[in-house]
Amino acid sequence: MTLYFLCLILFCVGLFAVLRKRNIIKIIIGVAIMEYALSLFFVLIGYRAEGRAPILARDQVVLNMVDPLPQAMVLTTIVIGLAVIMILVSLAIRIYEKYGTFDITKIRRLKG
Amino acid sequence: MSLLIYLIVVPLAAAFLTALLGRRFRNCGETLGVLAAGASLILSSILIKSSFLHKIMVYKIGGWLPPTGICLVADGLAVFMLFTVNLIVFFALLYALDYMKIYTGTWKFYSLFMLMSAGMNGVILSGDIFNLYVFLELASLCAYALVAFGTAPEDLEASFKYAMMGVLASLLILLGIALLYSFTSTLNMADMSLVLSARPLGAPVVFVSVLFLAGFGLKAAIVPFHAWLPDAHSSAPTPVSAGLSGVFIKTLGIYALSRIFFNVLGVSTKLLFILMFLGALSMIVGALLAIIQNDIKRMLAYSSISQVGYILLALGIGTPLALLGGLFHLFNHAVFKSLLFLNAGAIEYSTGERNLNKLGGLNSKIPVSGSTSLIASMSISGVPPFAGFWSKLIIIIACIQARYFSFAIIAGVVSIVTLAYYVKFQTFAFFGKSHEGLSRIREISPAMKLSLIILALICTAAGLMLIPALRHPLDAAVSVLSSGWGYQAAVFSAVQ
Repeated sequence: MTLYFLCLILFCVGLFAVLRKRNIIKIIIGVAIMEYALSLFFVLIGYRAEGRAPILARDQVVLNMVDPLPQAMVLTTIVIGLAVIMILVSLAIRIYEKYGTFDITKIRRLKG
Repeated sequence: MSLLIYLIVVPLAAAFLTALLGRRFRNCGETLGVLAAGASLILSSILIKSSFLHKIMVYKIGGWLPPTGICLVADGLAVFMLFTVNLIVFFALLYALDYMKIYTGTWKFYSLFMLMSAGMNGVILSGDIFNLYVFLELASLCAYALVAFGTAPEDLEASFKYAMMGVLASLLILLGIALLYSFTSTLNMADMSLVLSARPLGAPVVFVSVLFLAGFGLKAAIVPFHAWLPDAHSSAPTPVSAGLSGVFIKTLGIYALSRIFFNVLGVSTKLLFILMFLGALSMIVGALLAIIQNDIKRMLAYSSISQVGYILLALGIGTPLALLGGLFHLFNHAVFKSLLFLNAGAIEYSTGERNLNKLGGLNSKIPVSGSTSLIASMSISGVPPFAGFWSKLIIIIACIQARYFSFAIIAGVVSIVTLAYYVKFQTFAFFGKSHEGLSRIREISPAMKLSLIILALICTAAGLMLIPALRHPLDAAVSVLSSGWGYQAAVFSAVQ
C-alpha cells in the first residue's frame, strides 16, 4: 500500500511541475516524472509478494510468479515516453531559437 | 480476414519507405503517399462491401486466439469509421500535392501524414485496449510534429501547447488502462467487457470512467478541455488541419470514447447525461467563440468544437435514432469541415491572407473554391437539401422523442448561430468588393480543384446515405453502439 501511495506522490510531483512551473524544460521534466510514475505503477500492478520471474523450465514448477504482462507494457510505455520527450525537447529547442526564452508566460503570440 | 492488417501495414510501409528514400528520390513521398492512401481507401471500401456479408470481421495477429493474442476487430462501427478516415486522408493528400510545394522537405510531411493515418486506422481496428493506446500515441505524436511543420513561432507555440495537453491526456488514458487491467486481468476489449458485465460495477470502474472521459475528452476537444484546438488546427498546414479537424479528433476522441464506454465499460444514465451536458456546452461555447473570430482557420476550428458537441449530444441521448444522427453527423462533419479547411487553405494559397477583414470578392477570382465552400457552408449550417440538414434534423427529432426539449432548443439555436458565422465567412471572403490589399491573386492548381470538387459532391450527395437501400453501413454502425455489451459475444463468435 505504501508503495502505491509513494507512486501517487511521484505522479503528483510531476503534475505539480507541469501545472506550476514557467520554464519549458522544467515542464518537460515534469512530464517525464509523470511517465516514470506510471511505469512504476504498471510494475507494481504485476508485483506479487515473494514472486519469481515467470520462466517455464523443464522439471520446475513456479507456484508464485509475478505477472509478466505489465512488464512488457512498461517497455512499450518507456519507448513511447522517449518519443514524447524527444518531440517536446525538439519543440523546446526550436521555440528557444524563435522566441529567445524558455518562459511560457512570454511565449504568447496566439490569442483568441 | 487478412484484409484488416493491410489497412495498418500499407500506410506504415509507405511512411517508413518515404523516410528512407525521401531524401534521395524526388517525388518519392508524393507517389508513395497517394498510392498508400488510395490503397487504404479502396481497402476500406472493400470492407464496407464485405460488411454486408459478415457482421463482424476479426483478424488474429500471429494466429493467437483472443483473449491471449491481439486481434483486430472490424465491426459495423469500425468499418464506417475506417471509410470516413481514409476518404478524408486521401483527399487531403491529393490536395497536399500542390499545396505543400510552398514548404521545404515535404517528404517528411508525407511520411508523418501516412504514419498518422496508420495510427488512426490502428485505433479504429484494434481490439486490444493497450494496442489502442499505442496507436493513439503514434497518431498523436505525428500530429504534434505536423502542427509544427511550418516552424513559424506561432506553429511551434501551438504545437507545444497541443503536445502538453495531448501528453497529459495520454497519461490519463494510460492510468485508466492500468487500473482497468488490474481490475479485470485482461487487455482484450471483448474479454474485458465479459469480465465487467459479470461483476458489479463499483468505484474502480467509475474512477476509470472519469479518467477516460478526461483523456479522450482532451483528445476530442470537448469544451472544458478545448483550449488547444483552435491554436493547433489553425497553425497546422492546411491538409493537416483538414485531417485533424475532419477525422483525427473524431477517431481519437469520439470513436475511442464511444467504443470504450458503450462496448467495454457499459453506459449508465449518469454517464449519458454527462455526455449530453458536455455536448451541449461544447455546442454553445464553440459557436459563440467562432462568431467573434476574424481568422478563417480559427473560426473553422471553433466551429469544429461546436459540431463535435452535436455528435456528443447525440451519443448522450443514446437512442438508436440519436446514434444514427450522431454517426451521420460525424461523417458529414468529416467531409464538410475538411472541405472548408481546404478552402481556407486555397484562400491562403491564392491571396496569402487569412484575415476575413482583408478579404473580399474572391468569387470571381477563385470560383471553384467559392462554390465548393458555399456548398460546405450551407451543409454545415443545416440548409435543407444538403447532408448537414438531415443529420441535425435527426438529432433534434431524437432529442424531442427522448423528451429532452431544452437540448433540442439548444441544438436548434446553435444551428442558427452556425448559419450566422458561415454567412459572415461567405460575405467577407467571397462576395462583395475586392479588398485593395489583394493585388496578386493566383489560381489554385487542378489537383486542389479536383479534391475540392469531389468533396463538395460527396457533401451534396451524402444525404442519400439515409435512403433504405444505402443505409446499411450507418445501420450496422448504430447497431454496434446500441447493442452495448453484445460486442463481446459478437467478437467471440467470430473467433471460433
